[in-house]
Amino acid sequence: MTLDYILGHMNYWFFVILMMIGLYIVISYGNLVKKIVGLNIFQAAVFMLYISMGKITGGTAPIFPTDLQGKIQIDPNIVYTNPVPHVLILTAIVVGIATTSLGLALIVRIREQYDSIEEQEILDIDAATAHAENLAHGQAMGGRA
Amino acid sequence: MSAELQSVALSWQDQLPVLQIIIPFFAGPLIVLLGSRRLAWPMAFAASVAALVIAMMLLSRVIDGGFISYHMGGWAPPIGIEYRIDAANALVLVLIAAIAVVVLPFAKVSIAAEVPRRHHALFYAMFMLCFTGLMGVVITGDAFNVFVFLEISSLSTYVLVAKGASKDKRALTAAYDYLIMGTIGATFFVIGLGFLYMATGTLNMADLADRIALLGPNRTVQAGFAFIVIGMALKAAMFPLHHWLPNAYNYAPSAVTAFLAATATKAAVYVMLRFMFSVFQPEFVADSGVAAYIIGPLAVLAMFVASFIAVFQNNFKRMLAYSSIAQIGYMLLGISFFNHNGLTATMVHLFNHGITKAALFMAVGALVLRTGTTFYDRIAGMGRVMPFTGAAVVVAGLSLIGVPGTAGFISKWVLVQAAFDNGLWWMALAIMASSLLAVIYVWRVVEALYLKAPNPEAVHKEAPLMMIVPIWIMAGSTVWFGFDTSLTLGAAEMAATALLNGSSGLAEIATSAMQ
Amino acid sequence: METNTLIALAILLPILAMVGNMAFKNLPNIRDSFTLFCAGLTFASVLGILSNVGNGTSETIALFDVFPGLPIAFSVEPLGLLFAIVASGLWIVTHIYAIGYMRGNNESHHARFFASFSLAISAALGIAFSANMLTLFLFYEMLTVSTFPLVAHKGTPEAVRGAKIYLGILIGTSIALLLTGVIWTYTLAGTLDFTQGGILQGKVSGTLVPVLLALYAFGIGKAALMPFHKWLPAAMVAPTPVSALLHAVAVVKAGVFTMLKVGIYIFGIDFLAETGASEWLMWLAAFTIIMASVIAMQQDNLKKRLAYSTISQLSYITLGMALATSMGALGGGMHIAMHAMGKITLFMCAGSIYVATHKTEISQMQGLGRVMPITFGAFLIGALSIIGLPPLGGSWSKWLLMVGAADAGQQIMIAVLMLSSLLNVAYLLPIVGRGFFLKDTQNNAVSGIKESPLLVWLPPAVTAFGCLVVFFYAGQILAFLMPITGAAQ
Repeated sequence: MTLDYILGHMNYWFFVILMMIGLYIVISYGNLVKKIVGLNIFQAAVFMLYISMGKITGGTAPIFPTDLQGKIQIDPNIVYTNPVPHVLILTAIVVGIATTSLGLALIVRIREQYDSIEEQEILDIDAATAHAENLAHGQAMGGRA
Repeated sequence: MSAELQSVALSWQDQLPVLQIIIPFFAGPLIVLLGSRRLAWPMAFAASVAALVIAMMLLSRVIDGGFISYHMGGWAPPIGIEYRIDAANALVLVLIAAIAVVVLPFAKVSIAAEVPRRHHALFYAMFMLCFTGLMGVVITGDAFNVFVFLEISSLSTYVLVAKGASKDKRALTAAYDYLIMGTIGATFFVIGLGFLYMATGTLNMADLADRIALLGPNRTVQAGFAFIVIGMALKAAMFPLHHWLPNAYNYAPSAVTAFLAATATKAAVYVMLRFMFSVFQPEFVADSGVAAYIIGPLAVLAMFVASFIAVFQNNFKRMLAYSSIAQIGYMLLGISFFNHNGLTATMVHLFNHGITKAALFMAVGALVLRTGTTFYDRIAGMGRVMPFTGAAVVVAGLSLIGVPGTAGFISKWVLVQAAFDNGLWWMALAIMASSLLAVIYVWRVVEALYLKAPNPEAVHKEAPLMMIVPIWIMAGSTVWFGFDTSLTLGAAEMAATALLNGSSGLAEIATSAMQ
Repeated sequence: METNTLIALAILLPILAMVGNMAFKNLPNIRDSFTLFCAGLTFASVLGILSNVGNGTSETIALFDVFPGLPIAFSVEPLGLLFAIVASGLWIVTHIYAIGYMRGNNESHHARFFASFSLAISAALGIAFSANMLTLFLFYEMLTVSTFPLVAHKGTPEAVRGAKIYLGILIGTSIALLLTGVIWTYTLAGTLDFTQGGILQGKVSGTLVPVLLALYAFGIGKAALMPFHKWLPAAMVAPTPVSALLHAVAVVKAGVFTMLKVGIYIFGIDFLAETGASEWLMWLAAFTIIMASVIAMQQDNLKKRLAYSTISQLSYITLGMALATSMGALGGGMHIAMHAMGKITLFMCAGSIYVATHKTEISQMQGLGRVMPITFGAFLIGALSIIGLPPLGGSWSKWLLMVGAADAGQQIMIAVLMLSSLLNVAYLLPIVGRGFFLKDTQNNAVSGIKESPLLVWLPPAVTAFGCLVVFFYAGQILAFLMPITGAAQ
């Protein structure tokens, strides 16, 4: 593994590290808002993967210049960056924002109902409710469900 | 150029694929814009009826083995987005649209009882978006488009699940968990697509298939495959990734659960099939060993563990949720057999289990309307006071077990045949043994409904006609499709043949069928 | 009339009776006579089929394909026709008895009871006329489900527990084992049609045949082969007419009938004999015959004792198939009719005793015979037929089974059959003896016990007489069944 290899795949290293950080936050943090933040980092890593793979060394923005009559002037010597991943990621960003806002809205409602945004506290409340239900309606799964 | 020629030649019938999507898609925002609670339901219903009619017309055109390729906006694939309809997805389209049409009248009563009035218009708008998303996932022939539609349906599903919060606040945490898990699944799927795009430079499914086949063994493609399968497995609630499902199904409003259980996981299984067989070639999947060594064992585990958990529930709705996980196990097992009968079983069970679970979850909704909850001790004896609802639970329950004369029997039969085709006679016995667990959990419901004294706190009245009719349409069709299998089994076999031939094979079949 | 129409009538008339029962829910007399009318017509249809087809085989009527090349289909052949005659004929008798019993005992939910009863008969006739294993399996499950409300009829915790065992074992075995076997057969042979000489010949290698046969033998839970026999004693919580017709005739006979069908038309007698695949089944059947008789002796509850006796007698028929000789199969087929006649008499007598005295335990029955002479007389005749003494029907089938055992060279089986007869004597005759000869310690005569009502004692008297009659017609029955072994064709 040469230095060239490591530097040459820089975007992938960033992608992997960022993605893992994001996933780690989602899994390990108890605060619901922080989980959403983790999810955002996770998604941002994917956006980076897409955008960086569209990049072609020496490529320029894929905008065809037009002359005064509006005719497209195509110069075969100019290398263009692949625009499709950008377009895709534009969509994915919209999806990501929708997810984030919905998640935050849910957190607001959860806070209203549970008076907490800490996962453990919420789980404890839910477990207590389930326990009360089991007492009232007969045991499920030996009282563990 | 060719796109222009085509757009001239298009008649309204050629526009059916896009109408399929845009009718419900526009119904959603329109409901919000009008903001009228009275108009919301009729508009949603009209849109889904239109979608069902279109889906049936599409199915009738492709059931003999052809396919329809629709170019979005006249842009020819692989650059443009393609909608591609063949027997496999036309059947799923009909299933989803039919479930929507049947569930909506039920939802009118059920939602009125379970969701605050001021949310009704928004609820139906979300329902329409969810419906659009699921239809879109199934109809599209463009891989990235699958992701977009998947997220449309998922985001609206999270909202729909959270709507159960007025009855039980745990709906909110269920929706939140579902959101986290669902987003991770969808993002995995996008990562997988990214790898595929990296290796092939295209996103059209048919085009992807051709190029992957040309590439030969390729680490990037393999990584993409892994991400896609795991992402979809999360959405489909494949056994160890099923954690979001029981709570989401349990705390969502009854009508939502009925719709989701019958459609959402089915769409995910369908996408999994499409990718495994049409995009990656069957040989590629077979070489990877995913079907035999990962999906198969996990499916068997799901059949037993989830059924076992279902047996010990004290809540009808939650029991059905676990049963769904087990039944998804059957579908995945069909895939893992990797033969014609196995895929037929998957496709036919997709349909049969959809209608069975829709009937059951709607019956749950009727019970909730009269008793307030779904705990066994609260629905006790209600079968005697609500004879039609109770009988529907029995009929659909028998279908869940796979008793002959019901739809569930047909799928189980084909699945066991597939096991024997592979010489796995012990697997056949395992399938049957897991149905015994179904006997037990269905029995517990029947016992509660019929053999206990009626709960004095409940309203002792049959559910309204608006509920009974949809419930019995579904329960009746479980019996109907237990005898008349020409539609279900016919389409499923056609789909299995097409899938096993891979995507390029798909086109070849189509051309040879036309000649 | 056309045979096709008659088959449809035979299966649909009981369903019409069921609908009638639900429609005339609150008009007991109209309801019961309507059912009786339907029962009569059903029997007439079956007899019509008999006069049309004789002991030949009718054309198969295929309704529609459920799986490719696998339709819901019906046809008539001698064994099925015999089963249909027995089931539909005894339905009339039992229905009259049931009216008397249900009214005499003030049982509740008459309409539900008779509706489920009619549906069960429809399922039994469907089994009798099935042309392939898929159709048979469909009606087999229908029979299980439709008899469930009958077993749970009383609604007491005990009845519910019994019904749970009943449903659990029957559905469990049929889905886990029988269905697996059926689908396996379909994958092997590509068909499930009942065909003379079997469909598996040359399709499956020798070592797998016993495994496949085991799936069938244990999967047909209704044949009550040990260790899957527990449902039958559990089902005895049902009202006695149910035990009489369903658990002595329709349900259990459907089980052994399926067993014979599988042996004769799926495997083929010759194929079984060639491969020796059924030898283990023969030993298991022999074991069940002896064990069930021994257990029967220890039962004090009369219906439980009769239930274990049924388990033992059912294994006669399984044994007949497992011997893999044509005489054995014929004896098995004939035993379906003979045992049905005898056992239904015994059960109806048990119900008659219950109606008159509300006694269920044998130890309480001292001296009852003197006050209920007709009931105990009929019981004696039924018991002798089960034991197999001439001039009663049971003697012939037992004789044929012994001949079959001799043909197969299984002398031990002859000994088993004879030992079983002795055991039958030991557990059946003391009941009669107790009734007629023992001094009643509780002074039954004084406490005003009389013979049960006419509608309750007449039917067992009729079937007891029937036991006598079939003895003299055994030759005809044998000739009628002959074609199932392929001998006459």
